[in-house]
Amino acid sequence: MIYFDNAATSWPKPPEVKEAMVRFMEEIGANPGRSGHLLSIEAARILYEARETLSKLFNIKDSSRIVFTLNATESINLALKGLLRPGDHIITSSIEHNSVMRPLRDLEKKGVELSVVPCSPKGELDSRDIKKKIQSRTRMIVLNHASNVTGTLLPVGEVGRMARKHSLLLLVDAAQTAGAYPIDMERDEIDLLAFTGHKSLYGPQGTGGLVIGERVNEKEMIPLKHGGTGSRSEFEEQPDFLPDRFESGTPNAVGIAGLLAGVRFVLKQGVESIRRHESHLIEKLIEGFKDIPQITLYGTAEMKDRIATLSFNIKNLSPSEVASLVEEEFGILCRPGLHCAPSAHRTIGTFPKGTVRFSLSTFTSDGEVKRSIEAVRHLLHQKD
Amino acid sequence: MVYGVILFPSTYFALRAEKKSKEKGLSVRLIPVPRHLSSDCGVCLRIFWEQRETIESLLKEEGVRMEGVHPME
Ligand SMILES: Cc1ncc(COP(=O)(O)O)c(C=O)c1O
Repeated sequence: MIYFDNAATSWPKPPEVKEAMVRFMEEIGANPGRSGHLLSIEAARILYEARETLSKLFNIKDSSRIVFTLNATESINLALKGLLRPGDHIITSSIEHNSVMRPLRDLEKKGVELSVVPCSPKGELDSRDIKKKIQSRTRMIVLNHASNVTGTLLPVGEVGRMARKHSLLLLVDAAQTAGAYPIDMERDEIDLLAFTGHKSLYGPQGTGGLVIGERVNEKEMIPLKHGGTGSRSEFEEQPDFLPDRFESGTPNAVGIAGLLAGVRFVLKQGVESIRRHESHLIEKLIEGFKDIPQITLYGTAEMKDRIATLSFNIKNLSPSEVASLVEEEFGILCRPGLHCAPSAHRTIGTFPKGTVRFSLSTFTSDGEVKRSIEAVRHLLHQKD
Repeated sequence: MVYGVILFPSTYFALRAEKKSKEKGLSVRLIPVPRHLSSDCGVCLRIFWEQRETIESLLKEEGVRMEGVHPME
């Protein structure tokens, strides 16, 4: 079997992720931040270490500014709904995932004005097109760091500098890049970073977070949830300090134990070296496909501008037919269709059928890429 | 030895205080909050009372929020 659906969730995970979760269940298990007993402190230590380790990965000075969530979707909702008010204007790109588009369409109904800047058919964004949309009421720009459909990277650093110049906030959806591509909150001038734990950070599902940069006033940001935090229980009002303000309710501590192990794994390998490996493989895959006349490839062909996720289509076959054929005959697991990103597919001209998507990970081997190229060639041969 | 405790608004800050103090070679320990005091997160930092000023100014510098320093009975 060849698992090529890492953009949805990475698999396999490093063995230490499972080990950390088992250790948490067997030896710790308590509720973090709710008591002073030994096991509660140990559980809180896991969360603390996870924040510190993520701070190293993203270059964050103050780890209290990392808020844990269930996934990138929750993080994006928290940032958008927490900060935008009726009358505010926000700019996004046409290549976004529904986890950005849907909350924005909802906010639009509530009086937030939205501008969607078109990307090229390869999924490239020209930051000058963002600049043209800035107006007096613009408050924020939200972009994915790389598209889950095209794999094309967006110029977040460039947009970040522009956002600072105009006193706007930049929210980056790093669901596809955190762990697979270098991210530096300071260098890229990112104000809000939404990440998910279960993709290139190699943690379990149900983990993620939002990094709230120093330019964001957390006291003015409305939580999605209010409730118990283990702190300030004498008051019925929500705490105004981080991270507690946005972390009501018992956290997914066992999941975060796994996430901590995943992030440590990424740091040990090194993001640059993970990136080199994945770039090498995706280049091989693109080379293997590009001379086949029946195949259309999407996204940029520039390796430096893309991640290891490739969308393609085969002439006269629907994406779901291709996916079921490669699974049945060659054991390749991938994802066909719209990938929760209808706007991205409109941008590249593949709506409503979508594309077939092969997405790799640090565990993908040269042999798997080679076999998958052979499999697709074989399939075309049979169809002829 | 006379001990004291530092209270914090949340566990996050208690853990940060422990880490920053230990990095400076100060001898501290996270313990349950003594009964006569109250702090909701349940954990506080036990310190040597004579080091309280050093630790307090270190923690302030490190952005740790504190809720009070008390001698231990
Ligand atoms: C670009 C992008 N944004 C957001 C998400 C949402 O991530 P999650 O499902 O972990 O909330 C995904 C993946 O599903 C994604 O690819």
